[in-house]
Amino acid sequence: METNKKMYVARSPRIAARMLGEEMLVMSGHDSTLFTLNPTATILWQAADGATPLDEIVERRICTEFEVKPEDAMRDAEELAENLAQHGILLISEQPIAKPDAPVQGQR
Amino acid sequence: MSALLQEMGDRALRLGVPFSAQLDLTYRCNEQCVHCYLDHDDHGEMTTVEIKNLLKEMAEAGVFILTFSGGEIFLRKDFFEILECARDLTFCIKLKTNAVLIREAQAARLRDLGVQSVQISIYSHRPEVHDAITKVKGSLRRSIAAIRFLKSQGLKVIMANVLMTGNMQDYHGVRALAEELGAEYTLDPTITPMMDGDRSIVDLNAGESALRELFRDEMFVGNAEEFCAPPPPPDAESMSSLPCSAGHTACYISPYGEFYPCVQFPLSCGNVRQQRFIDIWRDSEQLKEVRSIRLKDLSGCSQCAHGSTCTRCPGLAFMEGNMRGPSTADCEKSFARTGIPSVNLLAKKEKAAPPRLVQIQLVPAITGNRLSGIGAVA
Repeated sequence: METNKKMYVARSPRIAARMLGEEMLVMSGHDSTLFTLNPTATILWQAADGATPLDEIVERRICTEFEVKPEDAMRDAEELAENLAQHGILLISEQPIAKPDAPVQGQR
Repeated sequence: MSALLQEMGDRALRLGVPFSAQLDLTYRCNEQCVHCYLDHDDHGEMTTVEIKNLLKEMAEAGVFILTFSGGEIFLRKDFFEILECARDLTFCIKLKTNAVLIREAQAARLRDLGVQSVQISIYSHRPEVHDAITKVKGSLRRSIAAIRFLKSQGLKVIMANVLMTGNMQDYHGVRALAEELGAEYTLDPTITPMMDGDRSIVDLNAGESALRELFRDEMFVGNAEEFCAPPPPPDAESMSSLPCSAGHTACYISPYGEFYPCVQFPLSCGNVRQQRFIDIWRDSEQLKEVRSIRLKDLSGCSQCAHGSTCTRCPGLAFMEGNMRGPSTADCEKSFARTGIPSVNLLAKKEKAAPPRLVQIQLVPAITGNRLSGIGAVA
């Protein structure tokens, strides 16, 4: 992905998800594959509202929470987003994505 | 179950989270199955608003796997409104239905709403047998048509084959039908008592010889020799094990808001119309009691050879009168599988044995002499 283009991410409307302890449990609506997201990935996924660009999510939510270089965090975030998109649990676009989901609930 | 799902279930147990729940939306039904355990009259179902509020509470409490069942769920006019609410709350949604009311449009909508699986009751591949059980002519034809609609939308369909005296010979045919339709297949050879305690339908259970035959059918059990092998003696780990997930990570809510550990465990723990879901889950004395039970606490079962391998259902035990006692239906299955009677079956046999015609016993001395004698007692 070219760095001068914005990447927008949104949670897929067909997934199942719930917080369980410190991890997010996500099931793909496409093929029922089950994933767990670690705390960093969970922050990114929760923030994927379709309206906030990925670089802003990384800057405001990841870099403030974890000791990580912004360029490293951005590279990891792009890789994670593309991986999640391949499994149908995240939508990626160069334009804002309509109809963001409500935040996911669950027990911590 | 995937290893990850098992791991998440174990974590939910450690965290005290109700990982899965079944919510029956109605007990009304458009079939009248001969073995059904429900009273189909409407005694005051929860409203749409009540159900939506309950779903929010369940999501907040951590419920991930949510099964909508009944009765027939498609009889509720607000079914898709409820389903949309559940979708917005990101549950993993499973449905149990007879599918008679599912046509192309409904199947497409279920796909759009990301339903994880649809389980459909099929009793036989022969219309005359299936329809005799549901008491609705044409019901098999309609259910099969629905399965085709659902499969054409790419949905996962599970054909659930409950076995009883009337269809015991047909499970090969149902399995073949499932393969033909691209559906998964599951069978259940247990007819449970009605929720009000009426046990008359239990007589529909297939007998021991039919179970024995089923348990030696390698198409269903894999290696029959292994499946039917004598059980290993229970060890310390199995003595401390939990009977099942009911009340530990799973629960059941009736259409009237009653909260039970499981659909087969009618021990009322509260009502979601009066209390919050999480408050019942955390504070119910009944649930605390259910959670306290381990194999070593069970009368009979703790001394039984089948202790480590038995499929004992605590709900069926409860319906027999003692949640710390045996579930005879499972004792019978263990016996049919291994040929070894359970402690419970041996006790029942002894109790049922006809009285001996002559018993020999000591009678008390009748004189000042230390005289003892032999008396015949009828």
